[in-house]
Amino acid sequence: MNVRPDIAGQTYKGRTASIGFAHGPFVRVDATPTDGRAVGTPPDEEHALRAALSSAGRQVAALAEAAGGEAAQILEFQVALLEDEEFLEPTFAAIRAGASADAAWASALAEQIADYNSAADEYLQARSSDLADLRDRVLRTLRGGDGETLKVPGGAVVCADDLPPSRFLEIDWSNGGGLALLRGSPTSHVAMLARARGIPMVVQLGAVSTGAASALLDGEGATLELDPSSERVGLFERRWELHRKNRASARAILRRPAASWNGDKIRLLINIQQVEDTNHPDAQYADGIGLMRTEFLLAGKAELPDEDTQYAAYDAVLRWAGNRPVTIRTFDAGGDKPVSGFTEDGEANPFLGVRGLRLCLRHPGIFGVQLRALARAAVRGNLKVMFPMVTTPDELEAGRALFVEAVGLLQSEGVDAALPPLGIMVEVPAAALTIDRFKAAFFSIGSNDLAQYVTACDRSNGALAALIDPLNPAVLDLIGRVAEFGARSGIAVSLCGDMAGDPRCVPALLSRGLRELSINPSALAHIKRTIDELGSEGGCE
Amino acid sequence: MLETRKANGEVITGSVKLIHAAGMHARPAVKLTKLAKRFQAQISVRTSATAEWINAKSVSKIMTLRAARDSVIEFEASGEDAEAAVAALVELVAADFPDSDP
Repeated sequence: MNVRPDIAGQTYKGRTASIGFAHGPFVRVDATPTDGRAVGTPPDEEHALRAALSSAGRQVAALAEAAGGEAAQILEFQVALLEDEEFLEPTFAAIRAGASADAAWASALAEQIADYNSAADEYLQARSSDLADLRDRVLRTLRGGDGETLKVPGGAVVCADDLPPSRFLEIDWSNGGGLALLRGSPTSHVAMLARARGIPMVVQLGAVSTGAASALLDGEGATLELDPSSERVGLFERRWELHRKNRASARAILRRPAASWNGDKIRLLINIQQVEDTNHPDAQYADGIGLMRTEFLLAGKAELPDEDTQYAAYDAVLRWAGNRPVTIRTFDAGGDKPVSGFTEDGEANPFLGVRGLRLCLRHPGIFGVQLRALARAAVRGNLKVMFPMVTTPDELEAGRALFVEAVGLLQSEGVDAALPPLGIMVEVPAAALTIDRFKAAFFSIGSNDLAQYVTACDRSNGALAALIDPLNPAVLDLIGRVAEFGARSGIAVSLCGDMAGDPRCVPALLSRGLRELSINPSALAHIKRTIDELGSEGGCE
Repeated sequence: MLETRKANGEVITGSVKLIHAAGMHARPAVKLTKLAKRFQAQISVRTSATAEWINAKSVSKIMTLRAARDSVIEFEASGEDAEAAVAALVELVAADFPDSDP
């Protein structure tokens, strides 16, 4: 691709979602190409569309076969649409009236998608993404693409309007690269994935020109530059090199003894969402695992994982940790993490809905399998278990009762099992305000959700990103309250939200009494250095 | 709830209450159209709340019904195997769209 003079050097400013640098080919992944197709006669166009539809049908059927189970059932909806003459008729009618195959298909689908989006029912709204997926697959085929899943060259700066987590996971990030979103939000699920993998990501860039050959993405300055001049590339490379050196020196800090502040040892633990996350080179320096998410065991699988599968995952992490503590959080599904066959469909307000422990208590069967696996793992290492999204002490006790029952049943079957120390996530303001009512062995503050509920800002709504500030005094006040109660009553308190990994927030957390932070492995070095530097400055906020 | 009757010799009708928790959503709709397509008969469907009959073999049309839980689904079929078609479709909805055996 030639560099277009009207694009070269264009720079856009967005918001940082994940720190880092990327310089590589510029790849738009959601924009369907609008050029390049010669339009034939109506019979030619009809033939072209028929061919594209049957090719798309074969692709979806192959995907469904490979996925199996629940995922296959979902894809069958797309297959059924491709075989639905009434669904296809408006497109063919438009072609007979002289429209090109791609224009006719795109406009017929746009109408259907708008119709689904206007539905009051959120479940139906969500189906519009199936239609969009189908629309794009057929368009790619029609316009001469191979219609296969997107092929992104290694190290590319990927630009999209927004990107669902599944598409992020489809891309091979092993050679680096970066993500530039026109909309998106730093609190989205995909931003979490990018941070966990150390992939730079900038969101809310607004309208970005298409057709650039290469780009620079600066996750620190939150900028995207298209087709940069060689001077700009040189400057960028020097900044990148400095960033790498800083990271390398930060890593040297990791090898030093534990961080301390005001004479107190600060324990730095890591958040993981799958066993493989312990492979991060910095993970070995952590004081333990402060949060192992388990809902990712549920994602992308045809069926809910059975007891042995879960046990194997928990056991692997405990073996990796040795004597270090491992806190596993029970399924935190619901909210922005729907799981087919488990979470509630059609909730008008999922973040205020049946999620976390609320959901698990409604599904004692599914929950029971997890509790059995955890009870078996509890005898294998230094395991602690916590429940997410707890509002009242009754919920903690209901969860505990199920856990005690699972342990009793296992022991009566002659299986080694134990009840691990039970704690709760503190993310509902009601729990934070009445923390002394909970008979928990430990508390873990989930600052992302706490900030969302205290500031009444939907985490996934990018328009509110500035308002959902975790440094809001109301949020800090609740954090301080919990830390103070913990110190007074000898109950451990940690914090596992994004603010623990944000150098700007760390002084506020330490000064409010927190001595245990749980962060992504990739943030360990940076946070440890931040704490060391605070200490050498006298340790005042 | 299952009520099939022969009217005017040709048109078979039946009705059944939708008990599926999420209403007539994608997966039930796919199952319903797949089953309808096994029959030669012309089959129409509507809810008691909608006047218009739609093609029971069109998944996109069935989605537009937006039939909620507890709504009554009505079938109307004509053709050689119309009776078997209506009976099978009523049974499918009444049994809450069980996974068919492979």
